Amino acid sequence: MSLLEVDDLSVTFARRGQRTVHAVDGVSFSVDAGEVVGLVGESGCGKSVTSLAIMGLLPKQPGLRVGGKAVFDGTDLLQLDDRSRRDIRGRDIAMIFQDPLSSLNPVVPIGLQVTEVLARHRGMKGDAAAKEAAALLDRVGIPDPKRRLKEYPHQLSGGMRQRALIAMAVACKPRLLIADEPTTALDVTIQAQILELLKELVRDSGTALVMITHDLGVVAGMCDTINVLYAGRVVETARRRPLFREPRHPYTVGLLGSVPRLDAGRGERLNPIPGSVRDVLPWPDGCAFAPRCSRRIDACVGEPPELVLAHDGRSYRCVNPAPLPGVEPGQEVRGAVPTEAQPGSVPAQAVPNDPPAVQGFGPAPREEEKP
Amino acid sequence: MTITTGKKEKIDRLAELAARDDERGVSLWQEAFRRLRRNPAAIIGAVILVLFVLVAVVGPFFVPYGPTDAIGIRDGVVKSGQGIIPGSSGEHWLGYDHQGRDVFSRMIVGARQTLLVGVVSTLIGLAIGALIGGVAGAAAGLGGRWGRAIDTALMRVIDMMLALPSLLLAVSIAALLGASLVTVMIAVGVVSVPVFARLLRGSMISQSHSDYVLAATSLGVKKSKIAITHVVPNSLAPVIVQATLTLATAIIEAAALSFLGLGNPDTAVPEWGVMLADAQPYLGIRPALAIYPAVAIIITALGFTLLGEAMREALDPKLRK
Amino acid sequence: MFRFIVRRLLQLIPTLFGLSLLLFIWLRRLPGGPETAILGERGTPEMRAAIRRNMGLDEPILVQYGRFVRRLIRLDLGTSTSTKRAVTTEFLERFPGTVELTVMALAIAIGLGIPLGYLAARRRGRLLDHASVGGSLIGICIPVFFLAYVLKAIFSENLGWFPSSGRQDPTIGATRITNFFVLDGLMTREWDAAADALWHLVLPGIALASIPLAIIVRITRASVLEVLNEDFVRTAEAKGLTERTVRRRHVLRNAMLPVVTSIGLLTGGLLSGAVLTETVFAFSGIGAFIYDAIGQRDYPVLMGFILIIAVVYVLVNLIVDLSYSLIDPRVRVR
Repeated sequence: MSLLEVDDLSVTFARRGQRTVHAVDGVSFSVDAGEVVGLVGESGCGKSVTSLAIMGLLPKQPGLRVGGKAVFDGTDLLQLDDRSRRDIRGRDIAMIFQDPLSSLNPVVPIGLQVTEVLARHRGMKGDAAAKEAAALLDRVGIPDPKRRLKEYPHQLSGGMRQRALIAMAVACKPRLLIADEPTTALDVTIQAQILELLKELVRDSGTALVMITHDLGVVAGMCDTINVLYAGRVVETARRRPLFREPRHPYTVGLLGSVPRLDAGRGERLNPIPGSVRDVLPWPDGCAFAPRCSRRIDACVGEPPELVLAHDGRSYRCVNPAPLPGVEPGQEVRGAVPTEAQPGSVPAQAVPNDPPAVQGFGPAPREEEKP
Repeated sequence: MTITTGKKEKIDRLAELAARDDERGVSLWQEAFRRLRRNPAAIIGAVILVLFVLVAVVGPFFVPYGPTDAIGIRDGVVKSGQGIIPGSSGEHWLGYDHQGRDVFSRMIVGARQTLLVGVVSTLIGLAIGALIGGVAGAAAGLGGRWGRAIDTALMRVIDMMLALPSLLLAVSIAALLGASLVTVMIAVGVVSVPVFARLLRGSMISQSHSDYVLAATSLGVKKSKIAITHVVPNSLAPVIVQATLTLATAIIEAAALSFLGLGNPDTAVPEWGVMLADAQPYLGIRPALAIYPAVAIIITALGFTLLGEAMREALDPKLRK
Repeated sequence: MFRFIVRRLLQLIPTLFGLSLLLFIWLRRLPGGPETAILGERGTPEMRAAIRRNMGLDEPILVQYGRFVRRLIRLDLGTSTSTKRAVTTEFLERFPGTVELTVMALAIAIGLGIPLGYLAARRRGRLLDHASVGGSLIGICIPVFFLAYVLKAIFSENLGWFPSSGRQDPTIGATRITNFFVLDGLMTREWDAAADALWHLVLPGIALASIPLAIIVRITRASVLEVLNEDFVRTAEAKGLTERTVRRRHVLRNAMLPVVTSIGLLTGGLLSGAVLTETVFAFSGIGAFIYDAIGQRDYPVLMGFILIIAVVYVLVNLIVDLSYSLIDPRVRVR
């Protein structure tokens, strides 16, 4: 049984006098213990809302409705009362957010922001807590941790702040860590370090990680399984290698095709997906991606496409999926596989350090391209 | 690729919807006005103000009695020395005041006076404040040693004005110029100068640091043109909001001056603040004499405040979705 | 920190000089000097000139100012032209009353305003929120002197719960040390005197507190609403902290920053309100005295008063800046 089983999760915001917004519209995915799962999609596809709904952190407001299930270790998180939810948060499930500066309290020293988690969930106080906090900061690679404990967020650099946030998140050795765009607000060089750190922590502690990102480079470097989201639904789920090598859903194909590459020929152009996330068909009327899709056929409109289960546990939600490689579009797709020097993705050094279990995807296509 | 017409229509409709979404980039003012209309507080405030202005402008032509006509004393009904001031009746809806004058007529005519004092004094404050703030903001924006020096000097003066209790400032201005209607307006107006000056300067400086001004500068647009087409219009919104809010405080401030005996000495023109002050000795006999003008002042001030706050909210980019 | 305080206090000196020179010139331009106040409209030109000469008002303005400054350095503010007593004596007697009154009003405004604003924000859109937002709007719109009269009419004249005027019942015969009546009562252990003085402060305190209270409620509410949306509050929630910890450590502390700033800006308004409240409650503070002094063209009193106001203003802002820097580590006092 999986550690986290999200089933038909939906989040709607109803506002007086306005259209009801389906931010998340029936998302299902699962996370096994120790696994790294990616939730990928453009901004506005509902990936962040999904994570906040699981954590019970959506801002309370009238008209907010959360449906479906999010079963963590046998209990449905969505059914819990506020108190039990607070018990689980920070102890069993922790979260890392996008912008480390605004996610840290500016008027509370870093030390207290770490020790308050220890006090809450591990009952640690005083010197013991301070010692543990210093150890945690040391563990996430913050030099001179004792001094840093007394400092305030504005005295730390961006990368250090994100490390501090990670230290708070892993303070109680959670079984599940949700990282919502943890590197988006950081410099490219720092991004790689933070991803490396996350990978290392996850590997050492056996924590499962849900990686929420729009950056395919991040996904390629870290995730075991990837869920591609579009308009509040999962449109394709696959292991990393098959997803990059043979994406089936046209949206996934499009995402991979719009990544710029350094090794592309001079004349080659990017293949952006036409239109924007706003050109969406409501799911009940057909495939939400249909208005932007290049493989659109009659069957796309009218009814929502069913989830198609394919071999190897992968699935996609499309009536006219991209054919498997060897046939035409696969060639383009293979070309989109990230390589070491891609901007915004995991740099090359991340790849050789990869443990065998999650063998880096990066070098693979190059080998294939040679023959 | 073939698409049946029905389905195609559906997709077209979606494209249309998406296109309509794009039209949301209407001007700041239109958008603000749209949100203002949806805010009940703004509606209440606007209704109060429309009624108030209507009464102030048209009302005095229709009052049943002269506002300074001491009918009550002439008819021998009012003997304030003996504590006899009759209340409301069919003929005198709000009764008589201590000098035997019809309170209803005085309230109506007083509305015009109150509006006049409020508007003129706010305009005085706005004009002087905007001048000082505008010069300081422009000087700070242009920079250089002189620019900064002018800005600092002007702001020092403004800070000193802020340090003085507003009422004492008004009292000393009233004392300096001698009591008159114009004095009241100037005294109340000067009190709001620092607020306007700081506001305009602040928003001008923040505007001049904004990206669109940088963009315009990099495109080679002249500084004076940027100031006129970008900085000033965008700095104006908070100033207009503040003016609406200041109208409320101006009316209250003017009433306070009247209370201290520094109001308009011309008793021929009734004014709510003066009526309220005049009613103080008779609170024990007929408290209504104080309550009518007080409630009128409160409601009018409330109208300006509600509308001003709603405007501020509507123009606040942080609250815009 | 210490250097910051010293520097700020040293900055006072040029401010005081500038302010006093401006005011000196301005006050002297008020039509009708103290001679008119003393003689009325009847005095002959000779009598007027004699009084002016007597007071040194016939000399050039800069000479007068120089004399004023020389005396000021010895903390001598001159003699009041209307009461014939030393200005410093007058102030020492009356200023404590106003300070007591404003402290009372601030205590009411802060003590009630912050919790109310906080609760309104937490219950946004519910009855309590609407009530406090509506109440604070009305609070801003009620003329202070009218509220003072209403309070006096209801609670002291009709119900008789509170005294209607004065600072203390003179029949108590309390001992005076600092002229802060409450403080004096506590220092001399004359508990009844302290309680009576406190009792006298309630109604004027409430009247004076109305506007600051309304402002503090509104600012606290707006500030809490903004902080509740901050990312770091979400982080705190994600850590599973109890609601109490989130509220105290993460929401309130940050929400207090704008409130502290606004309290510093309230001083001027409080002193204006004090003039009105003191008049209604015949409370012998500085407000009513200054009001008379303007009418009497009592230059020494006015000059002294405005200089004291400037000092108070600078001190209050110094305290505000210091407490701000205590809450917010990003603001360093240097």
